[in-house]
Amino acid sequence: MADPMPMTDSPITTVAPGWAIVGLAILGVLALTAAMLDGALAARAGGGPGGTMGGLVRPFGEAARLMRQRRRTTVEADGLLWRIGGAGLLVTAALMVTVVPLGEWTIFDLDVGVMWFNAMDVMVWALVWLTGWGANSAHSLVGGYRFLAHGLGYELPLMFALVAPAIAAESLNVGRVAAAQDGLWFAVWMPVAFLVYLLGVAAFAVWGPFSPAIGTDVAGGARAELSGVDRLVFEVGRYALLAAGAAFAVPMFLGGGAGPLLPDWAWVLVKTVALLAVLVWLRRRLPVFRPDKFMEVGWVVLLPAVLVQDLVVAVIAVGRS
Amino acid sequence: MLTDIAFWGFGLAAVLGGAAVFYVDSMARATYALALSFVAVGLQVLFLQQNYVGVVTILMMVMEMAIMAVYMVMFMGMNPALMPMSMVHGNRTAVAVAVTTFLVLATGILMVDWPARRGSPPSDVTMALGESLMGPKMLVMAVISPVMVATIVAGVVLAAHRTRYDRLGDDLKQRPADDPQPGGVGR
Repeated sequence: MADPMPMTDSPITTVAPGWAIVGLAILGVLALTAAMLDGALAARAGGGPGGTMGGLVRPFGEAARLMRQRRRTTVEADGLLWRIGGAGLLVTAALMVTVVPLGEWTIFDLDVGVMWFNAMDVMVWALVWLTGWGANSAHSLVGGYRFLAHGLGYELPLMFALVAPAIAAESLNVGRVAAAQDGLWFAVWMPVAFLVYLLGVAAFAVWGPFSPAIGTDVAGGARAELSGVDRLVFEVGRYALLAAGAAFAVPMFLGGGAGPLLPDWAWVLVKTVALLAVLVWLRRRLPVFRPDKFMEVGWVVLLPAVLVQDLVVAVIAVGRS
Repeated sequence: MLTDIAFWGFGLAAVLGGAAVFYVDSMARATYALALSFVAVGLQVLFLQQNYVGVVTILMMVMEMAIMAVYMVMFMGMNPALMPMSMVHGNRTAVAVAVTTFLVLATGILMVDWPARRGSPPSDVTMALGESLMGPKMLVMAVISPVMVATIVAGVVLAAHRTRYDRLGDDLKQRPADDPQPGGVGR
């Protein structure tokens, strides 16, 4: 039997599997950065002890509180599915970043890396619904269904947004897509795809405008009954998904490691943190999209817009070759 | 060696996941057991170096099962399927059919004279698979897809209880439309 997934001749070096630990650590630091920034923004918006700077340490206090909290139990909960759902978000985010090159190194140089990322973000559909289902509680089930309703609206535009850079680069390999943006970033000449992609990242991180699935109007929705460490892992998973989405945008739309002075890997991190900061900041700047109404926005506005974008990109790509 | 073990391990996971669909007592567990089975198959396909096909299998099947779980819970139970329920019915017939099918297929596998490999696999097996499946029939496929989409749309239009006259009034001039579920664009 042949080795699975032969490595393609791409501009990227595949590092030894042990480096996956470093990749995970970077993802953890990015998720923590996002949480601290969100804490600071929350403190600035709502006041509280310590002011804006005090907000930076909020995630640590919250983590300590959750780790000491007793686990809440519900009657007839489906424990297996519940735990899979809650813990799966973090695993999914970790699997997403395996195909993101850090400068010239990557953990997993898959020839269909873009599809891999797409498959992982679809996992979130299952995981959030399972989190909602597992608790055997009405509010959390409502949250799970709300996420699927959003999913039907955002997923197809997100998929077609990922198609645009792949067409322009004539490859589904993430390293090649990054290398294809020589001089002109894809974010510049395919802005619609870039914006729809960012919307998709917010959506699969259950973030900001896509937070009705965990909304306070349904007592916390899918995470209503999550407590203690389970809740901590779920929240870390959301931040990690946001960070993974931002990291993947760098090779897809922001030229990968290209930039002056700094080495490639540093530019990847700088761009990721910048994009992550924008995503975190948007949480308090955009209204929430109601799942029932967003469906039509997704299909009537976003999908045609991103299809036209794909057509434009395809015509340009054909014209160039 | 290691890849062989992994390949057969995923195969076992796929079969056990498929069997679990009938063993568990909740629609959610049955649906996601099937999803697990499909994910294992998708991972197996990666070992055949059909990376695109394997990843797409995982993508489509997880998405489909996430939606199917909703329909299963909605329609497949009596109350609906929020309570534990059996996943099997008509046991005796089902067991007979399953055993017969297995025996026939297994006999076929053992009896058939399997061909030896001629030549070597091409460098891009996904491209080769696509060409051998679609190659000379590309025009037919390209024509069939819009026809299929048109059929789906026409089917939904014919099956829909409400028409445009219900939405927009007898003279089609009522704005915004009178929908039971208003949308976000306000058509």
